[in-house]
Amino acid sequence: MTVTDTLVPYPEAVERYEPLMGLETHVELGTRTKMFCGCATTFGEEPNSQVCPVCLGLPGSLPVVNRMAIEHAIRIGLALNCEIASWCRFARKNYFYPDMPKNFQISQYDEPLCTDGWLDVTVDGGTVRVGIERVHLEEDTGKSLHVGGATGRIHGADHSLVDYNRAGIPLVEIVTKPITGTGANAPEVARIYVTELRDLLRSLGVSDVRMEEGSLRCDVNTSLSPRGSGVWGTRTETKNVNSLRSVERAVYFEIERQAAVLDAGGRIKQETRHFHEDTGTTTPGRSKEEAQDYRYFPEPDLVPVAPSRDWVEQIRAALPQTPAELRRVRAEQRIAWNVSEADMTALENAGALDRVAETVAAGASPADASKWWLGELARRANDAGIEVADLDITPAQVARIAQLVSTGTLNDRLARDVIDGVLAGHGGPDEVVAARGLAVVSDEDALTAAVDEAIAAHPDVAAKIRDGKVTAAGVLVGAVMKATRGQADGTRVRELILARLA
Amino acid sequence: MELTRMTAAELSAALAASEVSATEVTQAHLDRIAAVDDRVHAFLHVAADSALAQAADVDTRRAAGERLAPLAGVPVAVKDVFTTENMPTTCGSRILAGWHPPYDATITQRLKQAGAIILGKTNMDEFAMGSSTENSAFGPSRNPWDLTKVPGGSSGGSAAAVAAYAAPLAIGTDTGGSIRQPAAVCGIVGTKPTYGGSSRYGVVAFASSLDTPGPFGRTVLDTALLHEAISGHDPMDSTSIDAPVPPVVAAAREADVSGMRIGVVSELSGDGYQPGVLSRFAEAVELLESLGAKVSEVSCPHFGYALPSYYLIAPSEASSNLARFDAMRYGLRVGDDGTRDAEEVMALTREQGFGAEVKRRIILGAYALSSGYYDAYYGKAQQVRTLIIRDFDAAFGQVDVLVSPATPTTAFGLGERADDPMAMYLADLCTIPSDLAGNAAISVPCGLAPEDGLPVGLQVMAPALADDRLYRVAAAAEAALVGRWGQPLLASAKGLTS
Amino acid sequence: MACMPITRDEVAYLARLSRIALSDAELDHLAPQLDQIITAVGQVQQVAAEGIPPTSHATGLTNVFRDDEPRPCLTPGQALAAAPAVEQQRFKVPRILGED
Repeated sequence: MTVTDTLVPYPEAVERYEPLMGLETHVELGTRTKMFCGCATTFGEEPNSQVCPVCLGLPGSLPVVNRMAIEHAIRIGLALNCEIASWCRFARKNYFYPDMPKNFQISQYDEPLCTDGWLDVTVDGGTVRVGIERVHLEEDTGKSLHVGGATGRIHGADHSLVDYNRAGIPLVEIVTKPITGTGANAPEVARIYVTELRDLLRSLGVSDVRMEEGSLRCDVNTSLSPRGSGVWGTRTETKNVNSLRSVERAVYFEIERQAAVLDAGGRIKQETRHFHEDTGTTTPGRSKEEAQDYRYFPEPDLVPVAPSRDWVEQIRAALPQTPAELRRVRAEQRIAWNVSEADMTALENAGALDRVAETVAAGASPADASKWWLGELARRANDAGIEVADLDITPAQVARIAQLVSTGTLNDRLARDVIDGVLAGHGGPDEVVAARGLAVVSDEDALTAAVDEAIAAHPDVAAKIRDGKVTAAGVLVGAVMKATRGQADGTRVRELILARLA
Repeated sequence: MELTRMTAAELSAALAASEVSATEVTQAHLDRIAAVDDRVHAFLHVAADSALAQAADVDTRRAAGERLAPLAGVPVAVKDVFTTENMPTTCGSRILAGWHPPYDATITQRLKQAGAIILGKTNMDEFAMGSSTENSAFGPSRNPWDLTKVPGGSSGGSAAAVAAYAAPLAIGTDTGGSIRQPAAVCGIVGTKPTYGGSSRYGVVAFASSLDTPGPFGRTVLDTALLHEAISGHDPMDSTSIDAPVPPVVAAAREADVSGMRIGVVSELSGDGYQPGVLSRFAEAVELLESLGAKVSEVSCPHFGYALPSYYLIAPSEASSNLARFDAMRYGLRVGDDGTRDAEEVMALTREQGFGAEVKRRIILGAYALSSGYYDAYYGKAQQVRTLIIRDFDAAFGQVDVLVSPATPTTAFGLGERADDPMAMYLADLCTIPSDLAGNAAISVPCGLAPEDGLPVGLQVMAPALADDRLYRVAAAAEAALVGRWGQPLLASAKGLTS
Repeated sequence: MACMPITRDEVAYLARLSRIALSDAELDHLAPQLDQIITAVGQVQQVAAEGIPPTSHATGLTNVFRDDEPRPCLTPGQALAAAPAVEQQRFKVPRILGED
């Protein structure tokens, strides 16, 4: 049965109604084993080949909590600025469905592991703080194949085939607080929130968060309030939102659809709706005569989880910087170093940002630091087939080399020799300079002698210079550099030549 | 002496001394089962082949000089609620008729590792819900003392097997009294260990926070030997206690109660208690006093609410635990003729697969947990549970153990209470408090009621992890009573000599 | 709070919630029994329990975990051995009406 919904064009809809959203995200954790048993969690294995009495819910089986899953959930909660419960329990959510082996799901009800956090997202140049209501753990269900219907979907299917490999995989559910005040930006805010959340989760290393593979799932709740009324409408829940783009489109469509219903004086039905990729629309799910009563009660087969504050702080201390923080730090660095965006990107791609920062911290100027790391050192890393950060030279050493160049002890050519020496393991920059006698020749007499020799050796060039062809000095400079094995200060040599032949 | 009349301790010694082989012992018990079980109906499945194979294995290993565990070669009957890989596990229900689990319960594994010989699976009230074994889908078991009487429940089959000399040992589960009450009405010993002291992995769940696997034996020492063999921490069970097994065998051997403080629970007496039960109980208490114990009366004021609290908590957990029986992955499937959807097949299967008591409790549980009623029923019951625990804590602050009759009456007649759920529930009056609190309790025979000549059980209760105190007191009482009777109580049972 | 007797309709609803297809005869038989039982267990409400915490776990244990290490599992054959119907190495079940 297809029903074409009346829609109010979006700009009109958001003019007269204020949208309110709630986003529920399920993340499949990348633990090696399932939430309550030791079965492997590898994706794409033969059906029912990664099951045991526990995840099959066989009579007599009992769950045992995977410590790593708790750790990951705490990690996520901390990254979302949540409070971590000092004591909490699992609860049974009771309902019947063939993909749930026990016909109850072990989840958390009124005692979630993490509560009351937030995630800031940048929309339209501004920041929206999305409140996080709760983060809790639960177990995933099996997967059904519906056979006999037209599209492989559930409607019109003749029977179903169930694979329980996925049953019992740890899921973290992240629920936002109601997101208000976004106005016309609502769909975008939703998409950006999910994007930021995904990137954050990826940076934590807790999941591979692929929406296409189902390791990140999103349900979108939408309701409308007539502007100025202060009255919130009934919300609908939209499922089957399988991409970031779909998150945005689902919110967009629901706003248009609900506005039309309300305009016509109708009431929004509290229901679960299904999002359709191909049309960008939502349709009602199966309506139930009786609302579902999950009869939650504390899971008697599991004992309470009481993470010690020490454990929580250990996890917090090891948290990587969030993508947002990294972006902020990068922006600050770029400004401090006065480096172009293109150079920043190049540094980032070369994996050299940290190195540059440390070199600056060791005393080099940002320009020098990025010049050496982006230039000479990046080249050598490339030649050696390794990451620039893996070169056997420290930021402190690079800073020292830059300092030696700026005080005139070394020139660029000599600096490269020093780098050779350091990379070859001959010690720090000063040691290499001393050992190889690489310091710039600054003895004026020695330089003058070398200049005179060069002039004598190239009389025709000298004549040109006397005639005013200053550029020819380059040949003589080259000769002197060669004679001094590159240890002369090229600029000074040039001055001497020109002075001699003036 | 006939092998089937020997205690497990005697068999263990004889086997160790190679005076008799495990095969002989096993065969003798299989013969006994064949002789009496058509009348007692203790067994749902007799595993003759595998039992003899196990016995042969024990004999071979012993002959090769291997040091074996105390129970190696000793037969055990196993309540059909424990999963056994090579035998069906039905839980007394049509819905699991013929189900062969792909794994052994931890306790099944421990019995096998100890070399005990599993004779077969015993009858029980369906999914452990009942006090008479009449709720079994496969017909009731009968009390060997009087075949017109119930053997108690839900572990009635196990108790009947031991009382009928078909097995020296058996294991059952106790959720509201389902080991102690059958032990009492069958004139044998049965213990509910500390909750968490014996693994529930592989025990088909009735009420998860209450179910406790435990031993039956004809003597206190036998029961202690089995208690020790099956107990201990199990990482597969999150509610399993990681502590050493209390020294139950040593305590059973010492059997010395001098100086022990014994409290008689005043609330577990009065209306509804058969006079003969009360008089035998009183005599047992006097006897303990004469053995050197200090007896006092203790009040546990909330014990009167234990029954209603239990009959809210247990069905609630059961309603959830039994949801998995839905015809999709194992067990009975009814009505799948291509015209019905999954929900219809589920509902039809459960309607036909579950008996009346199970349906009653599932619905009761769903009611107690449903939104709007949770606080008043399930929530309140859990609060009462806390109060009962506090009553015990206070009591154990004054005494070392508490005592009461194990059950208010002797074995009632088959059919007598079958249609009266409330009357049936009263059988658990004395046993329920210990289940709610999770502490340890035992029933030991203390005589025959003068009215009907049927066994009466003395219940001893101890704090959690003090299971050894049970055996100390029970063994002392047993020794003194058997001394007084001149023979074990069971030997006087008329119904058994045949 | 007065004990509310349970009606036949409520019993029917709870049976549906529990996926048990009770016949009318069964409903007639069970409803009064349940009413009696619920009245009896409703006694718990007489107990003064202000401020008393509920006990969901008698042992007092907390933080029982296992390591994230794989353990041997069942073969598909074992997993499916007791299945009423199997197709493509999966559990074959009658058609499911709709997603939750």
